[in-house]
Amino acid sequence: MLRGLWKLTWLEIKIFLREPLGVLGSVGIPVLIVVVFGRVLGSPLRRASPGVPRLLSADLPILASFVITISTVLSLVAIIAIYREGGILRRLRATPLRPYTILTAHVLAKLLFTAVTLAATLLAGRRYYSVEAGVPLVSFALALLFTTVSLLSMGFLIASVVPTARFAQPIGTLILYPMLGVSGLFVPVASLPPLLQAVAHALPLTYAVSLLRGIWHGEGWSAHIGDVAALSVMFLLFTAVSAKVFRWE
Amino acid sequence: MTRIIQDVTRQPVIHAASIRKTYGRTIAVDEVSFDVYPGEIFGLIGPNGAGKTTTMECVGGLRVPDRGLISVLGLDPRRDVYALQERIGVQLQAAQLQKRIKVREAVGLWASLYRKPVDGDRLIEQLGLGDKRNAWFMTLSGGQKQRLFIALALINDPELVFLDELTTGLDPQARRAIWDLVRGIRQRGKTVFLTTHLMEEAERLCDRVAIIDHGRVIDIGPPAELVRRHCPERTVIMVCEDSTAGERFRAIPQVQSVNIEGPQLTIRGVGTDLVTHVIQCLAEHRMRVSDFRTELPTLEDVFLKLTGHMIRE
Repeated sequence: MLRGLWKLTWLEIKIFLREPLGVLGSVGIPVLIVVVFGRVLGSPLRRASPGVPRLLSADLPILASFVITISTVLSLVAIIAIYREGGILRRLRATPLRPYTILTAHVLAKLLFTAVTLAATLLAGRRYYSVEAGVPLVSFALALLFTTVSLLSMGFLIASVVPTARFAQPIGTLILYPMLGVSGLFVPVASLPPLLQAVAHALPLTYAVSLLRGIWHGEGWSAHIGDVAALSVMFLLFTAVSAKVFRWE
Repeated sequence: MTRIIQDVTRQPVIHAASIRKTYGRTIAVDEVSFDVYPGEIFGLIGPNGAGKTTTMECVGGLRVPDRGLISVLGLDPRRDVYALQERIGVQLQAAQLQKRIKVREAVGLWASLYRKPVDGDRLIEQLGLGDKRNAWFMTLSGGQKQRLFIALALINDPELVFLDELTTGLDPQARRAIWDLVRGIRQRGKTVFLTTHLMEEAERLCDRVAIIDHGRVIDIGPPAELVRRHCPERTVIMVCEDSTAGERFRAIPQVQSVNIEGPQLTIRGVGTDLVTHVIQCLAEHRMRVSDFRTELPTLEDVFLKLTGHMIRE
């Protein structure tokens, strides 16, 4: 069924490109934000002076990555909900396509657009944000791909349970953005109240932030085995649960 | 009308025995049994919510019945679902495709999924979608969408085609065009298993129908035979100035009642011979008639008689 997978993935990519607003929203907006931020903040970002908050001086690439990843997950949730509501999933399922092939095609299409958006953001951001020499971009890209896959599996779980397409986006937003809040990106997890700390440790984003931040700042993968393990376990868990509860119609 | 008389000694293409499916406390399909033979158009007819789609989905392997035995082309639709999908074509009720997928892309995708697809471009032409080849799905009319779904159902040159409420929501002209397509499918030697809540569609298209209501099969047979069996009444309406006509018609044994309103006579009776007798009577007595028509009961009447309610309620 590989042939069907490539064909479906390629079709989904083409279909996505035919919706100018969707392309503009998912690829254009992040780039625009980086440019506007860069213009407004200007040189402080370039110098990474002590007066600039850590979020901007050190973690901006990570924040940007997550904003893109989360919007990817949200659009996956939305598209699955729309396909389900329109009976498209039902129709595809009545072919020799295996169910996982249909869903994998969407993940692959989404990953591609995430990669394109990230690359575009990176290129736009280089003018305003000085990437220190020695940032392992390839490792970072791999780490980001890995976290995106893990977060997409969480998206599938959300897509499995949202009742209608109308609810998909708001419910996804309500789950994913607060997750970013306790992920350690804005405030260190250790300084959160105990309850929120427990919540943070149960969510994939906390490990993702730790992993990406570490890789960006030159720490090796070996220093983040725990994060990789946690993300892998969550990926398997989310995939297994959504395979059980996924509704095709 | 030409009818292909199926040979009942042949092995049925679909054999369904006592299938039952419940959703929570609702019994959607209850002890449903029927056989579909090669080369026929077989219809499940009944109102919305009668259990037609559930039955079809169980037979097509899209749903698992709680109980009962189903065999399709000699396969078990649950265990051999992928083997079965190679040999059947499906059109689902109220299905959609991606809004911005092109007609030829959809046909191309489907063609790539089967081992022995037919020529997609030719199929698009045959179904009258040639000039819509590059149109997005969302821009197609209802009839064009249904023709595309028929194309997708035929892409693997299936032996058996499932059509679920194929013409619902179409205007009469598009509906007739689709009926011709379905007859074309039968002419190519394929078996068609369809559902409809339109009695006219069933009467014009199906070789045999199963009437289903509240999840149960009430009767199975060719439409004309069901009408004969359950509604033998015939009505003849004529305009005749002859004042003795009423008396003469009442003398015919098959006639039950004659209603006279001015020059118009409404003659009701039983049996297929009624019309012949009325015409013979007219000829015998050289009565002049300025209008003559007959009213035959339809499947709609059969349904009303068997279930006690109209199909569209």
